[in-house]
Amino acid sequence: MRALRLTHHRTVGFAYLGISLAAVAIGSFLSLIMRIHLAWPDRIFPGHGVLKPEEYLALVTMHGTIMLFFVMTVAPLSGFSNLILPAQIGATRMSYPRLNLFSCVLTAVAFLVACAAFFVPGGAPIGGWAAYPPLSASALAGPGQGLGMDLWLGSVALFSIASILSGVNTLTTITLRRCEGMSWNRLPLTVWAWLTASLLAALAFSVLLAALLMLLSDRHLGTAFFVPAGDLINGVIVSHKGSGSPLLWLHLFWFFGHPEVYIAILPGMGLTSMVLANFARRQIYGYRIMIATTLLIGLLGLTVWGHHMFVAGLNPFAGTVFSAASLAIALPSTAKVLSWIATSWRSRMQLTTAALFALGFVSLFIAGGLSGPILAQPILDEYLHNTFFVIAHFHMVMAMAATFGLFCAIYYWFPILFGTVLGEGLGKLHFWLTLLFSYSTFLPMHLTGIAGEPRHYAQLNGMPGPAAHLLATTMPLQRHISASAIGLAAVQLVFFVNVGLSLWRRRAISQNPWSATTLEWIPAGQALQCHQAPCQYSPDSTSFIPQWSTASENCPERE
Amino acid sequence: MPSTFAPPEIRRRPDDGVREGDHGNGRRPPTDKRTGGNGDGDNWDARPKGRRGPRERLISARIGLFFALAADLLFFIAIVSAFFVSRATGHFDAYNRYVNDWLPISLPSILWLNTAALVLSSVTAEIARQGMFREHDALEEWIGLGRPLSKRAGVWLSLTLLFGLLFLAGQVAAWKQLAAERAHLAGNPSSNYFYLITITHALHLVVGLGALALAMLMLRKGRSVITRQVWIDCSVWCWHAMGVFWILLFALLEFGQ
Repeated sequence: MRALRLTHHRTVGFAYLGISLAAVAIGSFLSLIMRIHLAWPDRIFPGHGVLKPEEYLALVTMHGTIMLFFVMTVAPLSGFSNLILPAQIGATRMSYPRLNLFSCVLTAVAFLVACAAFFVPGGAPIGGWAAYPPLSASALAGPGQGLGMDLWLGSVALFSIASILSGVNTLTTITLRRCEGMSWNRLPLTVWAWLTASLLAALAFSVLLAALLMLLSDRHLGTAFFVPAGDLINGVIVSHKGSGSPLLWLHLFWFFGHPEVYIAILPGMGLTSMVLANFARRQIYGYRIMIATTLLIGLLGLTVWGHHMFVAGLNPFAGTVFSAASLAIALPSTAKVLSWIATSWRSRMQLTTAALFALGFVSLFIAGGLSGPILAQPILDEYLHNTFFVIAHFHMVMAMAATFGLFCAIYYWFPILFGTVLGEGLGKLHFWLTLLFSYSTFLPMHLTGIAGEPRHYAQLNGMPGPAAHLLATTMPLQRHISASAIGLAAVQLVFFVNVGLSLWRRRAISQNPWSATTLEWIPAGQALQCHQAPCQYSPDSTSFIPQWSTASENCPERE
Repeated sequence: MPSTFAPPEIRRRPDDGVREGDHGNGRRPPTDKRTGGNGDGDNWDARPKGRRGPRERLISARIGLFFALAADLLFFIAIVSAFFVSRATGHFDAYNRYVNDWLPISLPSILWLNTAALVLSSVTAEIARQGMFREHDALEEWIGLGRPLSKRAGVWLSLTLLFGLLFLAGQVAAWKQLAAERAHLAGNPSSNYFYLITITHALHLVVGLGALALAMLMLRKGRSVITRQVWIDCSVWCWHAMGVFWILLFALLEFGQ
């Protein structure tokens, strides 16, 4: 099973994790430079000097791009779905192993192309990860909007193709390769989450691909899909005929962009449900409703893109519709939170590190999700949209919660990935420090945002007038945020030390160390067949019925 | 016994449905070949997953293709939505008048011929696909008495390729014609979209032609009958989908401007 064939799904899965590990290292490094610059703008970086505004904007763009595409999409969806999904549905392989390898290689190439944007004349693009035209449609708009922007567009286009193909592969695998007895309502919630996320990926990235082609054509072939008539950039009239609409790009981009955040978060949601139930030794509260809410979040996620555009000149009536749809997502999300809480409530949960990270996911999802309904209202969003409040919102609910989901996955599935467990002592230290620094980094951003501190600004001090007074009051918080962000990055060393030590010690473990019920923990040599629904534990929580167990009275003792 | 198989939408034998006097006691053993197997109660469906014979491989390939085509459909839906948005978009000029720049372009009538060529190519492709599952020939090919399936499909697919290339050549002619009328890619919004749609569709067709060519290669190199059948079946479905996309896009360009 461990044979190192290139087309084997585990090989491909590890390759995906490798890509996202490199990406998260670079992405975090970029964010730390931004944080240091924001808090201490005069700081001279060794070997570089003072950070120029355009360089700051390039950091913003590339941090978002690398984190969202190459970490938050690659690791939870492509990486873990290859490593775990086949085992969890009782399949021996993915449906299309060669296609799988191809999309992995394509992802790696896309990542290299994105990184190459730093090293071309002009540097990386400065338009943010959403690359709004008309400024993204012309090389006149600034350094990095020339070759750097082209590389960015090429990289994202390659990534889109890779994601569509990998989504198709996952969808086919789940549809056809479930083992004997693995009916749809016996599928673990993680598989439902991967299914929904893959569906979203296949659909949303296709739209993004179309938009990217149109923008490339605007840049190089002289069309005017997104370039308005009489477009004036840096004192030069960009002579496109016709009247293209920058808003059109926003529609297409956010039709992709919003499902993208669900692609990042849904696998974490599914895993949280499974892990909480497993360590609480309880059935998941409302299993079928959890399946329905997963699908509903995916479905609604396709209808709410307009809430990113409230202040972009969207028709206010359209804004009302998008606002209602966005608020509607609170319903399935709340149902999920309710299920997590009901599953864990007074359960005397075994607080392993994996369970802690799942609880941390719930905590961050609630804390970050609460600002969602605020931003979903156009009238509030008008004030908050370009402030740090939005940064706080999406970093809590998407970036940090999804990261906690990833850590939960790593701690929980480490025995399957590497044949040993991660140290619990260091693991708990890692968890508490990460939780502390996550909140300490991103909670204060709500306050500076409400105070009116703008985002995307390279420098927050040195402005004249009343703005200076305002920003002077938030500068101490900014310094605190920067210090916390550095702390947050630093405590991840605990994790890597833990991984190193655990792999070095190689503590012997049993086949199923968490006494889990799902099929990826099936003892070697047992027939791949599913006879049970997942998460069945006896009421006194001393025994459980795994999915591969044939009879209900055959309850192995809990380890 | 043979591992041949025909998908349900295809007539397996020329005399299917006639079967006069065949009540299962005479000419044929009363086994249903659709579930395959070796008789004596052997049934593909009773075997473990992954070893259920040709039908399983065909379905696996078809489902993957279905998801990919659904994603591809959304690619074109995105472009078509943008088409409608741009058609209805205008701007205010220096005199504060609302101007809509969209000038419909009259399409070269060669596009109708191209469409006909594409439809014909789909017809020949379908004949090739159906022929791949004709039972007597599949048996013969499976046993190794000859390659009647591959030979016939090769001929029909060559015709498909020919018609496909004819379509592409016709599209190039249409582009040249429009260029002579000064309707360039970087012209009016309507011609932006005309070229965007036709060029992206042509790129799709090139991929489709590649798939057909690969399928023809597999007719020679594919080791088992089912490998050849799956390649032909899926590449032809893919081709049909590109044809349907074209008809919808052409209708949009012809009547939707």
